Amino acid sequence: MIRPDAPVLLEIHDLRASVDDQPILHGVNLTIRAGEIHAVMGRNGSGKSTLSKVLAGHPAYTVTGGSVRYRGEDLLALDPEQRARQGLFLGFQYPVEIPGVSNLEFLRVATNARRLEQGAEELDTFAFEDLVRERLAVVQMDPAFLDRSVNEGFSGGEKKRNEILQMALLEPEVAILDETDSGLDIDALRIVAGGVNQLASPDNATLLITHYQRLLDVITPDYVHVMAAGRILRTGGKELALELEESGYDWVDAALAELEPAPGVPGPAVEVG
Amino acid sequence: MVALSVPAVVVDPGHQWTGALLEAAVAGPAPDPAAESANQAARRRLELAPFPGRRQEAWRFTDPTPLLAVPPQLRPSGSEAADLPAPAPGVVRIRLDGRGDALAGVALPAGIEPLGAGELQALLAHDPLAASAEGGPDAPGEGARGDSWIALLTAASAGAVLGLRVRGAVVSPLELVSDTAATSGVLPLRVLLVLEAGAQLELLQVHRAAAASLTTVLVEARLGAGSVLRHGLVGQGAAASVLLAAVAVRQELGSHYAFSSAVAGWGLSRLEPRVFQASGAATTRLRALQCIDGQQLADQHSEVRFGGPDGSLDQLHKVIAAGAGRSVFDGAVRVPRLAQRTQAVQMSRSLLLSDRARIDTKPQLEIVADDVKCAHGATVTRLQQEELFYLRSRGINAASAGRLLLRGFCAEVLADLPAAAAIWQPLAMAWGDEATER
Repeated sequence: MIRPDAPVLLEIHDLRASVDDQPILHGVNLTIRAGEIHAVMGRNGSGKSTLSKVLAGHPAYTVTGGSVRYRGEDLLALDPEQRARQGLFLGFQYPVEIPGVSNLEFLRVATNARRLEQGAEELDTFAFEDLVRERLAVVQMDPAFLDRSVNEGFSGGEKKRNEILQMALLEPEVAILDETDSGLDIDALRIVAGGVNQLASPDNATLLITHYQRLLDVITPDYVHVMAAGRILRTGGKELALELEESGYDWVDAALAELEPAPGVPGPAVEVG
Repeated sequence: MVALSVPAVVVDPGHQWTGALLEAAVAGPAPDPAAESANQAARRRLELAPFPGRRQEAWRFTDPTPLLAVPPQLRPSGSEAADLPAPAPGVVRIRLDGRGDALAGVALPAGIEPLGAGELQALLAHDPLAASAEGGPDAPGEGARGDSWIALLTAASAGAVLGLRVRGAVVSPLELVSDTAATSGVLPLRVLLVLEAGAQLELLQVHRAAAASLTTVLVEARLGAGSVLRHGLVGQGAAASVLLAAVAVRQELGSHYAFSSAVAGWGLSRLEPRVFQASGAATTRLRALQCIDGQQLADQHSEVRFGGPDGSLDQLHKVIAAGAGRSVFDGAVRVPRLAQRTQAVQMSRSLLLSDRARIDTKPQLEIVADDVKCAHGATVTRLQQEELFYLRSRGINAASAGRLLLRGFCAEVLADLPAAAAIWQPLAMAWGDEATER
């Protein structure tokens, strides 16, 4: 839902970042207002996942330039846990398995950390069980998964449901979902996408990172951005995703060639005869 | 002219220490008559056995120096601390202080009775030391561990033996507790259990210490056909204290033995579980957690031998090493030719939290039988950055996330402890606070 007067939740300006001294992001600009759903598409290696990790504060990534303001404040000055408590959520492409840590306890500790930040009371184990059972319905998840270790032995679909369950509990203001559709069969995709749709509201925003149109068949984006070589190359409405589905990303190379090479990015290889 | 070299008199501090302890034991209160002959047999062997040190393969990585700092005298009886948590409901507690009648005032659960003095003496005479229990037809194969110094030391110095016979399924778990508290000295404890065919028992050993003390324990268990023993050990010590614990188990056909241990805080701790499946077709499950920090050293030398076909072993050894702590694990599994269709898994998983900590781990599988499924593995890792980030990305701060991961690492072993262990808060013992994580 696009409302020009809606408050800006996330404002990314000329964001540059590297991992292991390898520059990946070369100046990303993106503004997200409350109520909006954005999709970032692009080929492998275009920087989509790096963008999500940098926003969530992964310590392996170094921000080398630019700024990110979250609800008007400097997001990059916050630790990952502070970002999460303040309502930024990253749904992982590959949710991490944590043996020996009960999923239920993990969810409770995370939920309470967020609640405290919001000035709400912590939930005891009983109150939390009631809440989590209610939220399980959002992703049609079997309660048996609560008693297992975090993501351990979960199938790909179960892991993604568990991510959306966390989102349902944490009630983020900005949710970044990194390839949430990868590894899902069509039924699981519908359930997960249905969960995301249920959680979307005029007060929050969603940033979907995806390869495929099929996710956007079930979650309708307000904006579609195409990323390439660490920047956003094109922005359009939901029709852009359809266009990409038809024409692919071949035009990207031509568009990139028109741009002057970004610093640190090698130019096209020159054949020496 | 021939220069005569006079050999220097080398005074070995280890031998001196052992000698002083044995003198103190002899001079002390008269032992239980049943224990007396066992004491004497063990003393003779102990005098011949070398004091633990680098030159012996079994102690190559384990420096026994903290032992020498313990006064070589028996800890006076009746001086133990009183502030123990109440046993969990239904649990029968036996306090062990190494002297006198441990069963005085204890209402043993139905199905458990003390072994008579004559019976106990006969068992101890026939099987004077668990460590070399398998003479004759069960003779240990090539390479089997020799005498256990811990077993010898305990047998030589324990003035009493707690002997129990178990019949049928015992409902109430048994808890054996020792606490040297602030008193220094040596506390030898010897226990002998006979589980009749089909008997079932849950047994928890708890050893605590806070001073320059040595708690040296020998637990022998004979598991009759089809019997089940769920055995736990919780050891909570201090930097100056030493725990040496030998467990010798003989399993008959169809029996099940499970041993889980959690040990933390000791300057030096060493566990020696030795299991012999006398005629095969038995199951053994071993779980161990050692937490070391500071200058502590935790050692486990385990041995499982299969004396017949169709036996199984499931062993997991876990270590959390912080500070300049050292961990030693040596796990022997012996599968001779007659032990066909043995299934054995041995895993060692260590978490290294500091650059100064050191881990020596050595699986030792000797497999002669050809139709077996045996696997072993060892990993040494650090806290995983991806796991930490995942937790932090959900609002859990870095310190709590680290603790949560450590708890997760411990959980796999702690979940196997008998339920009676909960009151001893083994997790808090292993990793500090129990407070709500956030």
